Amino acid sequence: MSQTIEAPRTPVRPARNKGINWEKWGWIYMRVSGVILVVLIFGHLFMNLIVGDGVSAIDFAFVGGKWADPFWQWWDVAMLWLALIHGGNGMRTIVNDYARGKMTRSILKGAIFASVAILILLGTLVVFTFDPCPTGQPADLLPSFCAA
Amino acid sequence: MSVQTEKRTPPLSTTTSKRPAGTLYRGREGMWSWVLHRITGVAIFFFLLVHILDTALVRVSPEAYNAVIGTYQTPIMGLGEVALVGAIVFHAFNGVRIVLIDFWSKGTRYQKVMFYVVIALWVITMLGFVPRHLINVFSH
Repeated sequence: MSQTIEAPRTPVRPARNKGINWEKWGWIYMRVSGVILVVLIFGHLFMNLIVGDGVSAIDFAFVGGKWADPFWQWWDVAMLWLALIHGGNGMRTIVNDYARGKMTRSILKGAIFASVAILILLGTLVVFTFDPCPTGQPADLLPSFCAA
Repeated sequence: MSVQTEKRTPPLSTTTSKRPAGTLYRGREGMWSWVLHRITGVAIFFFLLVHILDTALVRVSPEAYNAVIGTYQTPIMGLGEVALVGAIVFHAFNGVRIVLIDFWSKGTRYQKVMFYVVIALWVITMLGFVPRHLINVFSH
């Protein structure tokens, strides 16, 4: 009587070799977006927390002054998309690692996906539909260029 | 019949060692950098959700935005921003370390050294940021 013992580390399922390898592209995305985000977020922190009076100078007029310039609009939108997808994919990895139940995993991943999708949509709309000089608002709250 | 390639017995040191060869994430620098990367990552993610919502208030009215951003300028939140920037700076520098481990041919060999480089760069960055930020928070 003989018994066949499988070689150690024999995969339960054969490796997939068809279709897009999403896990691989997710892995690549984390590294590529991470490097870009270091530049974008350090620039963001420098402009908003270091230059001038830092956090105490941030108000509507400050944001209006920044987003009157397409450069900072695109800077912030790039940061929004890259960071939310990077963060959402990181949270997905953590759910995959720690959540055991099938239902729990689905609910958590669904919540992550929904929050990422909704905030990307909201943030992009806010940046591009933003009016730095809304009518009927007190002039002292608006950027100085609104008076012109 | 399957074709078996000849297998050599691994050296005794690798089979008797308590730590498996070729692992990066079990114990010491490799593990603690991973733990910190996770914790800071989760913290930054939840701040990001809140930060997008508070910034979206510019679309409501200048008063609404100023009222909420005003809470970021209080002393307690000022200290919270030190913690937030500390988390971001660690996550950023350790992220670069991970990229180097993955893509630089000598990355795995220097992963421990690179962890201490990350810590050193973190200290230097925070020494530059914290005094300036606290002056901005407490002198206005």
